[in-house]
Amino acid sequence: MSRGRMLAYPAIAWLLFFFLAPLVIVLFMSFLQRGTYGQIIYQFTVDNYIRFFEPLYLQILGDTLFMALLTTIICFLLGYPIAYQIARLQRNWQTLMLLLVMVPFWINFLIRSYAWVIILRSQGMVNTFLLDLGLIEQPLNLLYNFGAVLLGMVYGHLPFMILPIYVSLEQLDRRMIEAAYDLGATPIKTFFYVTLPQTLPGIIAGSILVFVSSLGMFVIPDIMGGAKSALIGNLIQNQFLSARDWPFGSALSIMLAILSLILIFLYYKALQAQQGKEDSR
Amino acid sequence: MKAMIELQNVEKEFNGQLVIPPFSLTINEGEFFTLLGPSGCGKTTLMRMIAGLEIPTRGEILLAGSPVSKLPPYKRDVNMVFQQYALFPHMNVEENICFGLKMKKVPLHEQQKRAEEVMALTELTEYRYRQPKELSGGQQQRVAIARAIVNNPKVLLLDEPLGALDYQLRKHLQLELKKLQKDLGLTFLYVTHDQEEAITMSDRIAVMNKGHLEQMGTAHEIYHEPKTRFVATFIGENNILCQGDYCYALRPEKVNLHDPAIALEKTSTYRLYAGVVENVVFQGTIDKVFVRLREKDFDLPVLMAYQYFDDKRRWRPGEEILVGWEGPDAVKVES
Amino acid sequence: MKSLRHRLLFAYAMVVLAFLYIPIVVLVLYSFNASRINAQWSGFTLDWYISVFQNRYVLEALYNSLTIGLIAMVVSTILGTMTALALHRYKFRWKGAIHSLVYLPILIPEIVMGLSLLVLFSQLAIPLGKLTVIIAHISFCISFVIIIVLARLEGLGREMEEAAQDLGATPWQTFRYVTFPMISPGVMAGALMAFTLSIDDFVISFFVAGPNSTTLPLYIYGMVKRGVSPEINALSTILILFIFLVTVALVILPERFRNRMGDKKTQRQMPF
Repeated sequence: MSRGRMLAYPAIAWLLFFFLAPLVIVLFMSFLQRGTYGQIIYQFTVDNYIRFFEPLYLQILGDTLFMALLTTIICFLLGYPIAYQIARLQRNWQTLMLLLVMVPFWINFLIRSYAWVIILRSQGMVNTFLLDLGLIEQPLNLLYNFGAVLLGMVYGHLPFMILPIYVSLEQLDRRMIEAAYDLGATPIKTFFYVTLPQTLPGIIAGSILVFVSSLGMFVIPDIMGGAKSALIGNLIQNQFLSARDWPFGSALSIMLAILSLILIFLYYKALQAQQGKEDSR
Repeated sequence: MKAMIELQNVEKEFNGQLVIPPFSLTINEGEFFTLLGPSGCGKTTLMRMIAGLEIPTRGEILLAGSPVSKLPPYKRDVNMVFQQYALFPHMNVEENICFGLKMKKVPLHEQQKRAEEVMALTELTEYRYRQPKELSGGQQQRVAIARAIVNNPKVLLLDEPLGALDYQLRKHLQLELKKLQKDLGLTFLYVTHDQEEAITMSDRIAVMNKGHLEQMGTAHEIYHEPKTRFVATFIGENNILCQGDYCYALRPEKVNLHDPAIALEKTSTYRLYAGVVENVVFQGTIDKVFVRLREKDFDLPVLMAYQYFDDKRRWRPGEEILVGWEGPDAVKVES
Repeated sequence: MKSLRHRLLFAYAMVVLAFLYIPIVVLVLYSFNASRINAQWSGFTLDWYISVFQNRYVLEALYNSLTIGLIAMVVSTILGTMTALALHRYKFRWKGAIHSLVYLPILIPEIVMGLSLLVLFSQLAIPLGKLTVIIAHISFCISFVIIIVLARLEGLGREMEEAAQDLGATPWQTFRYVTFPMISPGVMAGALMAFTLSIDDFVISFFVAGPNSTTLPLYIYGMVKRGVSPEINALSTILILFIFLVTVALVILPERFRNRMGDKKTQRQMPF
């Protein structure tokens, strides 16, 4: 009987050694000090966490949170109508549309960001087009700024928002909408008083997915933001690869991980609420 | 009669909770035996212990005289027809039927011979190359039975095998199953929560409730001589009349209805109780007549009775009425 | 009035869909543009594809990506399937903890996973290279395989295995003739998923790759950092095509399998 249980051991051991152990080491490292040449000094300190509250880093944290929030809101505004449209379609068309939404999502962030670089750079499509039309005389600075990063973030995360909202719309009991009409609600009122509240779990789920993924993102700002728009992901990357301040980088990653996991926990709760509603039907 | 299955003080605990208190039962060879009870009464657990899919916490199970409770399911000479049939979706009908023989490494020609016989018996020969999902519910059910009986089990276990089918088909298959069991002379252990199904098919019925045996007997005994209040109310409809510590079960069809104007001239052999017709509900061949009794002798304010479509006297709500019944028709039950 | 609102909604959805596809279409189109620098269309060419396939570094990166992907796929599929079977079949005392351990690699930000592995390898003085990339990829692929196979197993329920045992199949025969054939679509989906994730991964490889273990995404990153070039477009187009084919396979294959395996749902819907 219990011999079969051993089948699980290799993978568990693997994850313990190559996933959990590294995290624990990073946690330890976040309480160590950095020497002058980037070496690690094995002495306990909480400086790395205190240092995080310097204005420079708080600024980056603020930027990151603001960027993630804005990304989430725009994704919601773009995503809800398309999810709504998909849910209204016939079965076969729904599958096709979902697939169309998902395929770009499967393409590497790197490539998708690069595609925007082609379009937005100073000799890019948009600038060339506007120059040819004579609408502008100098190429516009469309890339390497906050707006460009935001565009890339929204572009990269949109499917994250569409899918959960679609799922909750799909599960929505259509009789409730009919009931609202029957009770004299206009379509607009029905949407705001019935549909939207009923799909709230999907909205929460999508928002948290987008928000969490935006928090840790460093590829998009790296490619579309240049040096100017550093987010916390870029800061962490720098600590490990250029600045060689591993203890500080570790402290930053621990905080990022904890923040993300808390949000994912909330996501899980939202999902449970949605499933609970499904079961009760 | 030879005992085929004997349960000797079988007990089952799940996570420290006693689901089945010590339970003993003997099922005879060639018998159509039914475990009847509401869902969660432990009837399925009991059957799964006989099949070997659950191990009894205590007690012993004998199959044709030899203890089997330590044997894994694949070493027991019993086969089961599962609730949703559990047909293997990646095999066709014939492969499903041959599965058990193949596992026991029966020679190929014999596998084929036995499969042919069983397919002929269950009228599946023309569907032999179909996938299970290409079959209707009734056909799937036949495959499940064929797949089990091809192994010549000592006992065939059936776990609510008709539950997934619609009413008409269920009625038809009840008779088919009974006939199959007669023809094969095989011991059937049948689990169901449907009292009508149990009464139609079974030689003997064990009524279960909350893990223990309420009553065991023939369909006739269970219906006409319920021993407990549970059995009386679970099988068919019953009025439960309680006086002090004693309770009686009285079938609505045994209640006689009398017009107060006429009844007095005929001295009846039983006592009459006065009441008012509260409601009459049309049910097809019968109407249910609900009578509110004047006297509060019984712990039952409203008595149910039947009037038949050809009764001359039609009762209407609000009318005064007298009700009565023959003494033996009220069966004493444990409450 | 009603139809106007719906038409507006439809138009809006189409605009959003266009937003999703325009950059990809542009990227693909420009991979065929004869001009190296200009955004204007100056004629169709396959030169960039030819130069990509003649580029030694690209071929090396492709070779690295494929070998790493294959090894990561095989190892994580085997380990993951074994684990899913055990988790499904047996009760574990630390069940909650094991499930967290399985889900965490998917939930934690990739960057954190990447750098923590970098820290581990440097502490153990393991030189960064193909080995470290493979180890890292297996670490995140295992979880996906476990979850996919486990979902398939849970979809089956215990009934099929019980039926097999009841019909006289030993535990091994049950696995060989019933369990494995029935979960094989899940195992295949898990393997395909693992391979795709490995080929596609940039963030984690970025931290744990060494000099001789440049994968395709890493190579593309290097090119992108150096500036726009049509070779990147050509290479990206090839990858997009690959992703597209895999997606189609993932959508169509399970559909096919479901037909053959007889999904529980369709079985129940079957009228008499």
